[in-house]
Amino acid sequence: MAGKTLYDKLWEAHLVQNRDDGSALIYIDRHIVHEVTSPQAFEGLRLAGRPLWRADSILATPDHNVPTTLSERAKGVDGIEDSVSKIQVQTLDDNCDEFGVVEYKINDARQGIVHVIGPESGACLPGMTIVCGDSHTATNGALGALAHGIGTSEVEHVMATQCLVAKKMKNLLIKVDGTLGKGVSAKDVVLAIIAKIGTAGGTGFAMEFGGQVFRDMSMEGRMTVCNMAIEAGARAGMVAVDDKTIEYVKGRDFAPKGEQWDQAETYWRTLVSDDDAVFDKVVEINGSEILPQVSWGTSPEMVLPVNASVPEPQLESDPVKKSSIERALSYMGLQGGQAITDIKVDRVFIGSCTNSRIEDIRQAAEVAKGRKVADSVIQAMVVPGSGQVKAQAEAEGLDKILVEAGFEWREPGCSMCLAMNADKLGNGEHCASTSNRNFEGRQGYGGRTHLVSPAMAAAAAIAGHFVDVREF
Amino acid sequence: MKSFTQIDGLVAPMDRANVDTDMIIPKNFLKSIKRSGFGKNLFDELRYMDEGLPDQDCSHRPLNPDFPLNFPRYQDAQVLLARENFGCGSSREHAPWALDDYGFRCVIAPSFADIFYNNSFKNGLLPLILPAEVVDQLFAEMYANEGYRLHVDLAAQTVTTPSGESFSFEIDEFRKHCMLNGLDDIGLTLQEADAIRAFEEKAKQTTPWVFGMIKA
Ligand code: SF4
Repeated sequence: MAGKTLYDKLWEAHLVQNRDDGSALIYIDRHIVHEVTSPQAFEGLRLAGRPLWRADSILATPDHNVPTTLSERAKGVDGIEDSVSKIQVQTLDDNCDEFGVVEYKINDARQGIVHVIGPESGACLPGMTIVCGDSHTATNGALGALAHGIGTSEVEHVMATQCLVAKKMKNLLIKVDGTLGKGVSAKDVVLAIIAKIGTAGGTGFAMEFGGQVFRDMSMEGRMTVCNMAIEAGARAGMVAVDDKTIEYVKGRDFAPKGEQWDQAETYWRTLVSDDDAVFDKVVEINGSEILPQVSWGTSPEMVLPVNASVPEPQLESDPVKKSSIERALSYMGLQGGQAITDIKVDRVFIGSCTNSRIEDIRQAAEVAKGRKVADSVIQAMVVPGSGQVKAQAEAEGLDKILVEAGFEWREPGCSMCLAMNADKLGNGEHCASTSNRNFEGRQGYGGRTHLVSPAMAAAAAIAGHFVDVREF
Repeated sequence: MKSFTQIDGLVAPMDRANVDTDMIIPKNFLKSIKRSGFGKNLFDELRYMDEGLPDQDCSHRPLNPDFPLNFPRYQDAQVLLARENFGCGSSREHAPWALDDYGFRCVIAPSFADIFYNNSFKNGLLPLILPAEVVDQLFAEMYANEGYRLHVDLAAQTVTTPSGESFSFEIDEFRKHCMLNGLDDIGLTLQEADAIRAFEEKAKQTTPWVFGMIKA
């Protein structure tokens, strides 16, 4: 019999029972909750008179709507100027109080973006099934966990039953071997993967990232990669457990201690795909060939190496692709054939659940050190992913380096990743952004997003246009 | 949940691939704590010429004359004809809520993004997959014939054109059953509560660290 993949193992360990129709009931260990996708779920429970199945499986925090300026933040929920945002954050507080759910409230030092605080607090651990009403939950797969985003009805379902009705997905291995070049980061790797397989390339699959590049990568880099599995269509992305995983988890707030730790570690070490495991599909990429990436269009697959030029629609023979290139160029205000490095940036956003952890801030600060943001750039902001990341960065003096270079240093939250708070792009503005989606209007009405790594974003802020960070 | 048996619905186009959920319902409107009222902001950035705000009266906003849903011929459409990878992007269930609130009962496309596909069933919105060639054909017929309607029969798993041509589609039995009968998923799962409890007891032995760590 063939061996098992990591996903097979995680699935089997959480299978409550198969149903006759081919679906299955899967037990959920951890549920992370934020203010945008939970109010209707709590309301549903209340209307049906249903209790939470297991309150101690849930950790909540507001992140999407919270303001990121200190002045607005200082007054807590009451200080939120946008009245609709305020209601949403207040509603989360009220629901958590009523249902007895632990919540890191707006000014708790541990508050942050859900996908940053999950691993950071140890609430999310290897081997767990993890859900959150948010598609970037796959981030936690970096721990060797089965983590995926769910809709609000499923949030309510998990709250009431501790289970998810699911169908087993197929196995996809993304194998990246070789060694990354200088200045090439986890973000560039995942963008290059999406460019290769497309935004629907992973649909129906659980995606495992394997190969030398991921073994060499830090835990935070692995989180950046798994974060964007959904941008390649996969609900779950994951990396096998190794020493780095164990090292990362050890000592975190909710991680097991003492004897339980030993029991856990022994189990976690088994969470790797067997050598003879069979994947339904394998995609191989040579990591040594990956260059710093920049997205030019309105879908995360519209991405190119920094030394390339924007595509010319007339060279595309497929009519559907041709029209989508034309539409993207027109929305982005770009000319076919224009060099990527000729694209000017108006704003720079370093943050989001993709790239707001301490290593990301370090990489940005390293580029910014001793330099100045270009005068033509209206705003360059750095938004740490959590209160703990912020504190750590400040302890290392990174905030000072960034502020001296002309960046704004903000309070933790989703911020301009999706612009539900006051941080947004103006109509027609180009943004070098470390977030994960360049959809039309994502960062503000008419805004034009270019997805890049933290180092590339910082370099663009200083140059005023995209530059190859390797030569910077 | 709302049940779905069959409809005979006017068809409207969303003729581009990779329609994402930000496009279906932009984030400005996710601030609501309700499930209803999103229809007027469906495809907001494509549909209107100005920037939409939550809780706004949309009846006087300037409409984009080039956006098909604003054409008189597509008013009151119940079937949305779409392209590959419909519903990609964020997991927001507001996307099916908005489509449903607008009046759509069914979206036909060659493929859907996973989370959107799932979410649709929970809301009585039928995401229906037909081969790309068939979708091409339906697009052509729809453009050529004003008032083009499709008959969708979930029990029989068929889509029938005005000329009587019929296409069958695949659907998961359980989802079909729930949708035909408007069944509530949670109620069904709670019938398996004993199995869940038994699983939990076992897991408390094998992975005890999963339990009881997060406490108020
Ligand atoms: S940072 Fe962006 S992508 Fe991540 S959870 Fe927040 S809004 Fe979603």
